[in-house]
Amino acid sequence: MGYSYAPLLFVVGFALVIPVAFVLLSTRLGPRRPNPVKTEPYESGIVPIPAPERKFQVRFYLVAVSFLLFDVEIVFLFPWAVRFRSLGWFGFGAMLIFLAVLVLGLIYEWRKGALEWR
Amino acid sequence: MNIMHYLADLLVRSLFKADPATWPYTWIAYAVVIGVGALLAFAFVAIFAGPVTWIERRIAGRIQSRIGPNRNGPQGCLQWLADGIKCWLKEDLVPATADKPLYLAAPYLVFTGMFGAFVVLPFGAHVIAADLNVGLLYILAVTSLVVVGLLMAGWGSNSKWALFGGVRSAAQLVSYEVPSAFSLMAVVLMAGTLSTQGIVGAQGGWPWQWFVFRNPFLFAAFIMYFISAIAEGNRTPFDLPEAESEIIAGYNIEYSGMRFLFFLFAEWANMWIMAAVATLAFLGGWQIPGISPERIAEAKGWTFVGWQALSFAIFVFKGTCLVFTIIQIRWTLPRLRVDQLMITCWKYLVPLSMGSATGVLLLMALVREGGIVDWVMRGAMLLVGLLVAGAYIRKVRATFMADRDNYKKMEGRDLWYPPYRLP
Repeated sequence: MGYSYAPLLFVVGFALVIPVAFVLLSTRLGPRRPNPVKTEPYESGIVPIPAPERKFQVRFYLVAVSFLLFDVEIVFLFPWAVRFRSLGWFGFGAMLIFLAVLVLGLIYEWRKGALEWR
Repeated sequence: MNIMHYLADLLVRSLFKADPATWPYTWIAYAVVIGVGALLAFAFVAIFAGPVTWIERRIAGRIQSRIGPNRNGPQGCLQWLADGIKCWLKEDLVPATADKPLYLAAPYLVFTGMFGAFVVLPFGAHVIAADLNVGLLYILAVTSLVVVGLLMAGWGSNSKWALFGGVRSAAQLVSYEVPSAFSLMAVVLMAGTLSTQGIVGAQGGWPWQWFVFRNPFLFAAFIMYFISAIAEGNRTPFDLPEAESEIIAGYNIEYSGMRFLFFLFAEWANMWIMAAVATLAFLGGWQIPGISPERIAEAKGWTFVGWQALSFAIFVFKGTCLVFTIIQIRWTLPRLRVDQLMITCWKYLVPLSMGSATGVLLLMALVREGGIVDWVMRGAMLLVGLLVAGAYIRKVRATFMADRDNYKKMEGRDLWYPPYRLP
């Protein structure tokens, strides 16, 4: 095992070092003349109307919550999928019940209108 | 046996005349080989992502009856290099109101999340950086870093357009991860392993041995994976995070120079990763028709190298075909609305992909592999696949011909623009 995860460390290291080096080089090569107008947030060339206050729709939270549910489910399902052949009919039935509960949850969410986007 | 191990052992044996198993400094040779391998992977991303941007712009020009970049080098083929150098020479601007640490760190996170996936992509029979036993799960996990990076970029820019783009793309990416994971689960069920090499090994070189054509549910899973991959790559029918007419450019609006380039770079490289995962999971990966993996492993010397090169070429060819399909889809279909995007995911793709995974389960339990039913299904699915591909090629060819004929009619006329020859 030991060696098999070593390349991961190296590649992630490279993935951090290369962009940092490139950006450093670009700050050397490029000009650096900031001015108040240039550093304003973008607003199609006009003066930005009131200070941006970081509001967004509450719907995005709903999406995040549904995603969390399904992602945890996927984490449970993957190990089972690997071992499916050796688990036989018992594993099949157990997972079908698990899936059925989740489908019920999805149906509830659907009926409640949590999947609509208004 | 991994090619990295093999090369490191070769290095120790030939250069230091030592036995790699007992020599205490073997890990240094191993580290050097991995370092070179990581550099090569980076070069592959750069060489792939660069020219593909140029090719995409040329194809877009052809589809939209305009010219596209044709000035730098023959047919404009050096355009991507010019763009890269230009980004280097630009000012690295930080907006005054930005959340500085988040704003500065976001491109690195996006890039790391994208580049990390290359560790487990099986480019050839033994051309893989690390064959992790959790390969597919690792790809799903590490590409999720991109979501964090995009959210950081959107939030850190402190501009409303960037924020809208950031939350939109985060919502889209996490939503479409569910159907894509379910579609991949169907493959994991068939292969019985998460290791990428194991999944490729469970298929064969001939099309009827690929997972797409095994049964109707896997065929459906492939199509659903492809759709959600396009959505996860923020490509056009689903490119709401970057909708120019709504939120200008989304999360990357406040970025300039090299940092901006890294977002674009990650987007194009991500397209390759999605195509590569679809290839390894459904289209047989690097498998050479008629040559078993054991025969490749047993080969010696130049034959071994030849098989590796051939398998590499097959993998890259299949992946590139998918990438070009994605490019063509981008310039053909109009953009979806936000509500349509979410409904497509949660009301159609999620239940359907769950259904297809359950269907694969049932077929595995009921149909004996290699039996008559199995072969009938494979044959039928192969026929369907060939018909779809044939219809697709026919349609593209007909459109191309009609366009060429229209162009011919324009020749010799007095036009306000110079009649450039279209590619």
